[in-house]
Amino acid sequence: MAEQPANKTVPPRSNARVIGWCLASVAGMFAFGFALVPLYDVFCEITGINGKTSGRYESTERPVADMSRTIKVQFLAQNGPDMPWIFRPVARSVEVHPGEATTVNFYAENPTDRDMVGQAVPSLSPSEGALYFHKTECFCFNQQPLAAGQNTEMPLVFIVDQDLPSHITKLTLSYTLYDQGEPQAAVIETTSTKNKTIIDNG
Amino acid sequence: MSAVAGTHAQDHHHGPARGISRWLLTTNHKDIGSMYLIFSFTMFLLGGTMAMVIRAELFQPGLQIVQPEFFNQMTTMHGLIMVFGAVMPAFVGLANWMIPLMIGAPDMALPRMNNWSFWLLPCAFLILVSTLFMEGGAPNFGWTFYAPLSTTYGPPSTTFFIFAIHIMGVSSIMGAINVIATVLNMRAPGMTLMKMPMFVWTWLITAFLLIAVMPVLAGVVTMMLMDINFGTSFFNAAGGGDPVLFQHVFWFFGHPEVYIMILPAFGAISQIIPAFSRKRLFGYASMVYATGAIALLSFLVWAHHMFTVGVPLAGQLFFMYATLLIAVPTGVKVFNWVATMFRGSLTFEAPMLFAIAFVILFSIGGFSGLMLAIAPADFQYHDTYFVVAHFHYVLVPGAIFGIFASAYFWLPKWTGYMYDETLAKTHFWLSFVGMNLAFFPMHFLGLAGMPRRIPDYALQFADFNMVSSIGAFMFGATQLLFLLIVVKCARGGVKAPAKPWEGAEGLEWTVPSPAPYHTFTTPPDVK
Repeated sequence: MAEQPANKTVPPRSNARVIGWCLASVAGMFAFGFALVPLYDVFCEITGINGKTSGRYESTERPVADMSRTIKVQFLAQNGPDMPWIFRPVARSVEVHPGEATTVNFYAENPTDRDMVGQAVPSLSPSEGALYFHKTECFCFNQQPLAAGQNTEMPLVFIVDQDLPSHITKLTLSYTLYDQGEPQAAVIETTSTKNKTIIDNG
Repeated sequence: MSAVAGTHAQDHHHGPARGISRWLLTTNHKDIGSMYLIFSFTMFLLGGTMAMVIRAELFQPGLQIVQPEFFNQMTTMHGLIMVFGAVMPAFVGLANWMIPLMIGAPDMALPRMNNWSFWLLPCAFLILVSTLFMEGGAPNFGWTFYAPLSTTYGPPSTTFFIFAIHIMGVSSIMGAINVIATVLNMRAPGMTLMKMPMFVWTWLITAFLLIAVMPVLAGVVTMMLMDINFGTSFFNAAGGGDPVLFQHVFWFFGHPEVYIMILPAFGAISQIIPAFSRKRLFGYASMVYATGAIALLSFLVWAHHMFTVGVPLAGQLFFMYATLLIAVPTGVKVFNWVATMFRGSLTFEAPMLFAIAFVILFSIGGFSGLMLAIAPADFQYHDTYFVVAHFHYVLVPGAIFGIFASAYFWLPKWTGYMYDETLAKTHFWLSFVGMNLAFFPMHFLGLAGMPRRIPDYALQFADFNMVSSIGAFMFGATQLLFLLIVVKCARGGVKAPAKPWEGAEGLEWTVPSPAPYHTFTTPPDVK
């Protein structure tokens, strides 16, 4: 434009308008990139894909156990990177009827000489079953603090939905336990009483 | 610049400023286009050198030349430099040079921003290349920089890499805005949208793709930056994040990105094939719509890169069929090029040779893409050399041959001299043979199970790898010949007429060769 064309070209649109629209699109797409984060979580939760089980299950009606079907539920426990805890299911698998509430325990021990906090993240396989696996109580809903040398048994109460597709006969629930760093003193008091922690002095 | 204290009488006659300030401060689309092209070729040689290191290491099984850590840095940097440093700037350079000439505009719509968007690039690549000399080395996680490999386990230089990507993104977005503003606002009277040359059309659509996906790339590297430095957990499962999310966001950018790298080549080829067939482009309108269709579909196929990550059956089917659907508009384009050549009066100058090789070899790359798109089959091919063969077949004889064809086609217009046809044909044939020798055996290696991104391999892959390395060395060395041809052409030779190609059509051939510093200060009349 610096050469001042001596002519009658009149731009049909102003550059400012085009730039404005383009910049608005750029800002919108940048925001869309970040919006994908919650959208992805919501999408996975609604569709149950990605093996993401949902949060605490609450039901108004009392579920009726379907005694005609037996579902084998297997449990896996593993540590995230640099997590020194001993972490395993007390029972490797249980057989349940759809609709009946079942309680299982996971054992965790902090063998180090420092107080730590862990957080378990669940994943269910096959992921198709994630929509039909309800947790009414789970240690994965909260962080789990453990003092140095302390151990605990952490409960999980779950119900397999009666609507579980008939071709699924086995579900595998995997927990990965991640190191969440140092606990704050207040947190360790309240939760250790709630979870009926056993202090192991040996 | 020398005229600052001068008289106003000189204002109407300004050619280029003298010395370095001409290049630093220029707002001339031809200067900026040339700088983009020179920068791109420099990066092409740098990225190519890294490819030579990779192929030298893979010449024989076992570790001979480099350590695995450095090998990984080479594959990563090769990919990043070729994608963001060589192919994309080359097309922006061609756009700068040719779009104003093709639509009868005096310059780009936003010349100062044009200067800025170019000069950001050397800064970005200085940062990116400097990571090679940093403690812990350059990025080593592949050009796709999957988290958490790039976040939790990446080298300290990853933050510099992120910053470089941000700057490249800003540069690309500004370039795209400039193209859109130029094409929408600066067309000569009578140049309606459906009269625009195909190269302008494909670039307009490419610019929209850039506007749509470069911000998403900026977003994903920003999330990485925050995960690495500010304690967030976008991609860290320990904090409630999800590594798979990274791949979704990345490929939402990444798949349109591959069309960003090929659509301008489609456009250039659609200019060149009619010129040397001495016929009009067959099916112009269908070419425009096919390009638009490819661009729209490119947003709906990203998860075909992730079949093995764990996509539910319905998702696999959707992304498989959507991907296969892209073959339809692409097929329209290929058939139109063939139909343009059909019963044409063909001659085989270097641009045409590259263009014909483009049509054939890009189709091969497209077919291997179809094989990869089939979800159940992809489980065998995923992350093998078959994938490497596929994307090198679409990028080398696709994007890069498209750039070579364009360079030879428009060199007489840029320099005012004809290039040396014999040398150019030699360049073509050596590139053609070298490229096929380098990449065709990779199909077999991949089908036999050789994984990509490894510095060493099992003995049964040795022969094909040696052939592949010889071809790569041949292709690499041949590119020095291209440098020689261009330098020779810029320095002199047979004077080029305004329209050096008998069958060429378009406004760019109505201005003298070399194109004067200022063109179309009075808009041409388009019938």
